Amino acid sequence: MQLVVEARGLHKHFGALHVLKGVDLLLAERELVFVIGPSGSGKSTLLRCLNRLEEPSSGTVRVDGVDLLDPRTDINHARQRIGMVFQSFNLYPHMTALGNVTLALRKVAGKSRGEADELGRAALARVGLADRAGHTPGQLSGGQQQRVAIARAIALEPRVMLFDEPTSALDPELVGSVLGVMLNLRESGMAMVVVSHEMGFARNAADRVLFMDEGVIVEQGTPAAIFEAPAHERTRAFVGKIQRH
Amino acid sequence: MSNWERFVETFFNAKVMAKYLPDIAYGMLITVELAALVIISGLAAGLALALLRSLGLRPVNLLIVFVVDLFRALPPLVIIVFIYFGLPSVDLSPSGFVSTWLSLTLVLMAFSEEIFWAGITSIAKGQWEAARSTGLTYGQTLMNVVLPQALRLTIPPLTNRTIAITKGTALGTVVAVSEILGMASSAVSNSYNPSPLTLGALAYLILFFPMVVFGRWLETRMAWKR
Repeated sequence: MQLVVEARGLHKHFGALHVLKGVDLLLAERELVFVIGPSGSGKSTLLRCLNRLEEPSSGTVRVDGVDLLDPRTDINHARQRIGMVFQSFNLYPHMTALGNVTLALRKVAGKSRGEADELGRAALARVGLADRAGHTPGQLSGGQQQRVAIARAIALEPRVMLFDEPTSALDPELVGSVLGVMLNLRESGMAMVVVSHEMGFARNAADRVLFMDEGVIVEQGTPAAIFEAPAHERTRAFVGKIQRH
Repeated sequence: MSNWERFVETFFNAKVMAKYLPDIAYGMLITVELAALVIISGLAAGLALALLRSLGLRPVNLLIVFVVDLFRALPPLVIIVFIYFGLPSVDLSPSGFVSTWLSLTLVLMAFSEEIFWAGITSIAKGQWEAARSTGLTYGQTLMNVVLPQALRLTIPPLTNRTIAITKGTALGTVVAVSEILGMASSAVSNSYNPSPLTLGALAYLILFFPMVVFGRWLETRMAWKR
């Protein structure tokens, strides 16, 4: 089986704080892994190690066969293959939606302005925002902003998408539109790692759910296994807590 | 002669004003030249230092902070006098014009570096992360994402500071630069009448009032919706 992400033995220290204590994450093509865990469990740090926004203290990370921690690796080239979506969208406020999507196409992928615009519009169409290309982030709702952020990542045709709590900054009525886009992406076969608390989405879309606590993966399994019959007491307690909401 | 007539005779003497108008106009030309050069070189040097500082090289940054603090602390007039009267002792003899230009450039560089730097650091970390995660290099992120946003934020404080420092061109009169104030002062000594000073003040208003208005316009134009 072809692995898209192959992270092994990841450790991360922030000063005296040991945030990741030997984490392995393997992701196959077309697979969606859903990561849950209490705040401070290291799930965001794990995600950020997968595109080296965070430098792991030790361990290995391979994405699409490329060793991200090898000093000879061109990290900027490798990052094109790894899309990332953030909790707070992080759109560029001085650019239009199309400008946000095309910046990396032009500067990193080396497309001409015409080509980039065409690809950018196609990406915006995939997230249902073809008619918002000329709007600036300030003129868009939170849900629309997050969909532009997804378009910005998928325009580069990544091999894997990383989602860091993509819906937790959104008003409840806007969550659905973002999850809908993620579901479409999933159906198109995109490999995804999703850190989130959207249990309904996990049930529908995840191949595997991974429960993290205090820097380790406590247990992993199918959504049904983790949500209905968790093996560990810590998992049971956490799942019980979030399902009561 | 009433007090009022004496006042007008002293400060608004039409004959004297007409005689020295060409001198003041020439002074304006020198002031504009000097001011333009100071603005261009001062802001360019300040931005260059801020960009250099953003690389995060510790020894370089310590040096930048020291130089910037030095020129923010020294009165511009002291720097002018130091360069004009001090440098000839090491066989450099800058003219009054060059001394004034260099001094004000250094001062504007120092203040604008701090303003540019504050603008760059005020851009949220998420902007850097989003850009870097799409493969943009450090430099591309700085130039395309961070700096355009930072520059907008810096415009109001930058315009104020630039105007304040550019008005310092009047200090050139101490080292015999024939800018507005220099021309007006010598006209006063030649005519035994202060009216040329009134002309000089008018000349400064003509030059700097539009700058103030321009700064205000730029401020509103550069605002964008969050």
